[in-house]
Amino acid sequence: MAVTGLLLIGFLLMHMFGNFKMLIPDDGKEFNEYSHWLREFGYPALPHKLFLWIFRIVLLSAAVLHIWSAAKLRLRANANAGGKRYRSQKFMEKSYAARTMIWGGILILLFVIIHILQYTAEVLRFGYDNPDRSLAPFDRVLAGFSEWWVVLFYAIAMVAVCMHVLHGFWSAFATLGANASAGARKVLKTLAWIAAALLYVGFMIPPVLILFGVIGR
Amino acid sequence: MKVTLRIWRQANANSTGQLVTYPLDGVSEDMSFLEMLDMLNEILTERNEEPVAFDHDCREGICGMCGVVINGVAHGGQHTTTCQLHMRSFSDGAIIDIEPWKAGAFPVIKDLVVDRTAFDRIIQAGGYISANTGSAPDAHATPAPKREADIAFDNATCIGCGACVAACPNGSAMLFTSAKITHLAMLPQGQPERYSRVKSMVAQHDAEGFGGCTNIGECSQVCPKGIPLESISQLNRDLVKSLFKGDGKAS
Ligand code: HEM
Ligand code: SF4
Ligand code: FES
Repeated sequence: MAVTGLLLIGFLLMHMFGNFKMLIPDDGKEFNEYSHWLREFGYPALPHKLFLWIFRIVLLSAAVLHIWSAAKLRLRANANAGGKRYRSQKFMEKSYAARTMIWGGILILLFVIIHILQYTAEVLRFGYDNPDRSLAPFDRVLAGFSEWWVVLFYAIAMVAVCMHVLHGFWSAFATLGANASAGARKVLKTLAWIAAALLYVGFMIPPVLILFGVIGR
Repeated sequence: MKVTLRIWRQANANSTGQLVTYPLDGVSEDMSFLEMLDMLNEILTERNEEPVAFDHDCREGICGMCGVVINGVAHGGQHTTTCQLHMRSFSDGAIIDIEPWKAGAFPVIKDLVVDRTAFDRIIQAGGYISANTGSAPDAHATPAPKREADIAFDNATCIGCGACVAACPNGSAMLFTSAKITHLAMLPQGQPERYSRVKSMVAQHDAEGFGGCTNIGECSQVCPKGIPLESISQLNRDLVKSLFKGDGKAS
């Protein structure tokens, strides 16, 4: 759970950084080249898309293991403490994000499926209709985020992602043994806040700037 | 003062329970929570009704027998045991919900009494040191560093009440298990069995059906002895190290 979760957070940070290439005012040249590079990395030594597929398989395995551990944890929790336990249980810890990890996780899974259908598979072509898949990645992103409801949907989905990270980040380190003192706990919880806030702001900058026409052609 | 109690009544492990309302007048704010229940039971006995069954022994916060969920918080949320909670913590006219610990691994025996022998089995799985008998060694023959001795002592204060399980949304007993692991891991006497202990105690914890820890932190908040979450990280560090040791589980 902890190891795969940290891997996924690492991917999110890389992904966010990659998205920043949209901010370069070159009509998306860098961003398109980056998208192309992801597919051609290592070519000609490696076949086309081999690197991308290895990357995808590692990510997918991490996600599958993560979900599998979550399901196991959930089943054990339900077996011992499921159903309604107390007339009105009062929680002493500020633990909303921690107690809703399973729901956050399910929302994120749904979001990732929609997201991949939109940008990788191009099945959901929000904001454009160009079934021959000839549109460059940059233009697809522009088209999608020119629709206010797409931006709103991402803004809401990212709240789920960042709440998940807010607890997941510190919890992963605690599981790995790093919660060694009250001071260490404070540091880990602060880092989790920073990671979650950074991801939210970082991921939302390109969509919001596109919506308001700051990024465009 | 006057209070309205809503108490979980359950005849035995197999019956279903429900909350029953009992108004109680003439409660003194100097009474402990258990004395207040004694008062109710006297009245019930005089009325030829079945008194409310609840666990208690020392009534001074050191044995771990008492413990109920009060208004949705294990031990009532005053960072102490139920027996050390006093009626002055409640306002006159308060409605007080009283329920037993609820967890699959802690089946209700009757009313507010639950079966906590799962904890005994976790301790039996490795929560001890093996000492050969003989004449008592000199007290200062085995020095323990001050910092480690303090941590060991803090963790040794766990009284095994089970509030951590009752409060944990996962029904995990990791705080309890980690208190014993940390206590013994800090002391020289605990070293020989340190890594087999952690393996067998965690295995027994899981076999009893307790949930896994997801670092929510409710346990530590209700623990009357203030066992910190750090103890769980200590357990995790020892568990990871034990995977690189060949000493298996304690027999
Ligand atoms: C608002 C924030 C986000 C934006 C603007 C964004 C944008 C994109 C774009 C443009 C692609 C396609 C890249 C390409 O074709 O080269 C992509 C792929 C992807 N994104 Fe996002 N993304 C965002 C948030 C997320 C989040 C939060 C997650 C995970 C929880 C995520 C997971 C993925 C995955 C798994 C892929 C597919 C990678 C592959 O091709 O195998 N994205 N994203
Ligand atoms: S860790 Fe605290 S709450 Fe849990 S059994 Fe020990 S004393 Fe009770
Ligand atoms: S009765 Fe002993 S701790 Fe409360």
